Parts: sequence; C-alpha cells; structure tokens
Amino acid sequence: MNARAVPALRSGWRVQWEPAQQRHVVLYPEGMVQLNASAGEILALVDGRRSQGDIVAVLEARFPDTAGLGEDVVEFLDEAQRQGWVEAVSS
Amino acid sequence: MSVLPDTGEIGAPLWLLAELTYRCPLQCPYCSNPLDFAHYRDELDTDAWIDVMRQARAMGAVQLGFSGGEPLVRRDLEVLVDEARRLGFYTNLITSGVGLTTARIDALRDAGLDHIQVSLQAADAEVAAAVAGSAKAHAGKLVMARAIKAAGYPMVLNVVLHRHNIDDIDRLIALCDELGADAVELASCQYYGWARLNRAGLLPSRAQVERAEAVTREWRERLAARGRNMRLLFVVPDYHAERPKACMGGWGAIFMTVAPDGTVLPCHSARELPMRFPSVRDASLKAIWYASDAFNRFRGDAWMPEPCRGCSERHQDYGGCRCQAYLLTGDPAATDPVCSKSPRHDLIEQAWAEAGADRREVGGLISRHARNSRILCRG
Repeated sequence: MNARAVPALRSGWRVQWEPAQQRHVVLYPEGMVQLNASAGEILALVDGRRSQGDIVAVLEARFPDTAGLGEDVVEFLDEAQRQGWVEAVSS
Repeated sequence: MSVLPDTGEIGAPLWLLAELTYRCPLQCPYCSNPLDFAHYRDELDTDAWIDVMRQARAMGAVQLGFSGGEPLVRRDLEVLVDEARRLGFYTNLITSGVGLTTARIDALRDAGLDHIQVSLQAADAEVAAAVAGSAKAHAGKLVMARAIKAAGYPMVLNVVLHRHNIDDIDRLIALCDELGADAVELASCQYYGWARLNRAGLLPSRAQVERAEAVTREWRERLAARGRNMRLLFVVPDYHAERPKACMGGWGAIFMTVAPDGTVLPCHSARELPMRFPSVRDASLKAIWYASDAFNRFRGDAWMPEPCRGCSERHQDYGGCRCQAYLLTGDPAATDPVCSKSPRHDLIEQAWAEAGADRREVGGLISRHARNSRILCRG
C-alpha cells in the first residue's frame, strides 16, 4: 500500500472500542484480535475514505512528538492487509 | 445477600453462545446437542434472551453466536439480532441454512447481523442427504450460500468431517471456493452427544485424515497463489493428536453457552457431565460466571490429577476436555485420554479398533431426532 492508497476494513470486519477491555478490538466472523494502543489508533482511522497519507497526517497532528510514526503506520497497515482485515479500495 | 468473591483472577466471558433452541429440521448423526434434547422444550422467551444478552454484554462479552438446533426456527431471531447489535455485539448466525430465504437474509441484515456461518454436510448431494436426513436440504443450502454472499455478508462454511465425506475434501473445498466463502472450517468430528453414540461409524482412519490434511495444504498454496482470501481451518481430530486440545481456552475462561432452557454451561457439550449447572432463571450471569460451583469446578489447576498436575504443559492444554474425559473414563476430572501420557490412552486405541471393524454406511447410523432422543433417554 502506498501513501495514496485508501485502506478499508474488509467487508463485515469491524473495529470497536471495548470499555471492558480498555482497548480497540478487530471483530470478524467468530474471532477477535485485541489491539495495542497504537494499532487501535491507526485502525480506528481506517474508514474507506482517508488515504494512508491522511491517516499518517492525522496521527502526526495528534502525536507531534512521536518519531517514525509514518513508518509504523505503513508497516501496520501492510500487516493488517496480510491478515485480511484491511483491503486497499483504490490508489 | 451474598457477596461475590474477588473477581480479579477470573477473566470476562468474551464469547456468548446463545443456543436458542434444540429444534432442528436436520438429523445429522454427529450433532453435538445432548442425547436427551427432546426433554428440554421450555425455551427462554424473547425478553429472557434479551436480558441474557444485556447481562453478558455488561460483563464484557463481545462475540455472540446464535446457534441451536436451528436458530432460524425462532421467529424472534431478527428481534434478538437487532438488540444484540444495538448492544455492541459482533453477531454470528450459525445455521444449517434450512429455513433461510432471501427475504430473511435481508431482514437479518437490516437488523444488523454481521456474519452467517452455514454448515454443509458433504460435496456430494447424495451423501449430504443421507447425513442430514433430508433430500432437499443440500440444494437449498447452495442457493442460500450464494444469496448470503450476494447480500454482502462475510460467510464461513463449516463442514464436519468424518469417514463418509473426508475423502471428498478436494471437491468440498472447491465447492466452498465457488460459493464465495471467506473461510472454511474443516471440522473433524468431535465425539460428543450424538457423535459419541455413532463414533464407531464416523471416525475416519489415520490415512484418511493425513490425506485430507495434505489436500488442504495444497489448496492453501493454490488459493494464496490466486490471491484468494479464503482461510482454510483444518481442525485436527482429537483422537489423532498426541496432546489434548486446550478446550474452550480453559474451563470458564472466555466462553459461555446459554442452552435453550436457560442453563448456563462452559461449553455446548458440558450438559453431558454429571454436574448441576445453574440457570439464568435462578441467578444472574455474573453470579454464575464468577461464583457458581459449576464454573469454578475446573478453573485453575488445583483440581488436576496426575499426570496433569506435575506436567509442564498443564497451562497450555488445561488437562484437555472435561467432557471427553468423562465420556471416555466416567470421571470428569481425569486427564483427557487423548493425551499420550494419560493412563487411559488405551481407550483411544480401543476406539480405533471399534471403528476399524465398523462397516456401516451413513444410513445405518443413529439419526438425531426427537423420537430417538426420547427412546435413548427415557425419564
């Protein structure tokens, strides 16, 4: 996925905040992945409209002191795509 | 008024399986429902199920399966899905597909249903008909599977594997691919409930299982090469394993079943155990999960006998499956005989010998239906 690619959650997959677990989770048929804080921040911004670059920009504005954020986002979204949670809708 | 003990050690029930009914139009001889299912006719009503879901969600449950029997026989399924989705559950319908229509697929989608899992009995229509006890069901399932994908749902197809369909696994996977499945559960038959009764006529040979695994591996490579995202989950049969499975991720660890009559179980087979399980009609889910004798009975490792007690793997498999231990040895606290370290591992070898001598066709097995249930379990 490149910076212009627009990631979307796979149809039927869902990310939501779970108060009982105090974290974001990915929900899919009969399964759940418990996300750490940064993965949760990234996936919560995946909405099928924002490009990968947009997501990086939002997070950089939110966490201005964090170095290497762009690389983390790219790496994580590639992994999420490999896992089948996320698909690129256009680029 | 009783005070609940400190709940720090016990995690939340993340999974709720709502067995809405034991009624089912099919008669599969490996059904996991209890043999005496016909005795439980007093199903929880709509309001009671909604209350169960609210309680479970408040405790942290997030995955919800509507199962049975056949959950589609409940006319209030759409109402329950609607409420479940509003509560924030990820909603899974686990169905035979019999009773589904395009109108109902749409109504369930409008209610917010997230996913539909359909069971297939075989790739071959005749074998499927013999297993399910229905000549029409198979063709209907195929039509509905296509309609489910056309309606935009993610779809998992589940096939229980046994000696009568496992050699056809290549055609089975091809069929699932063609139907557009997102995932396929190639679920080796587990010998509980009706399957235990019919074990000798269901258990495949080791050679059959090894071949099926090899075919599955080839399919994984082919699918990956095509960029087709259809996950193949091959559930290895317990009877072929060296070590038992970590059943349900541990007793009362993450999973909770509510049976049609409101009985709360740590898994859908536990009703077979010689224990009393509490009901949502008498107690809150919270009290049942955290404080009932039944749910605490096999938590932790203090209950374990040798060789589990001193085993370095006891926190990986939790001593295996309590139902399997009971059904094979008569003692629910025994080491699961599947384990090669179990002093009763000979029971597994005995099962092999029985199965090797069994020549019955599918039609010769004992069908799961109300009449047989009443004959088998009088009283």
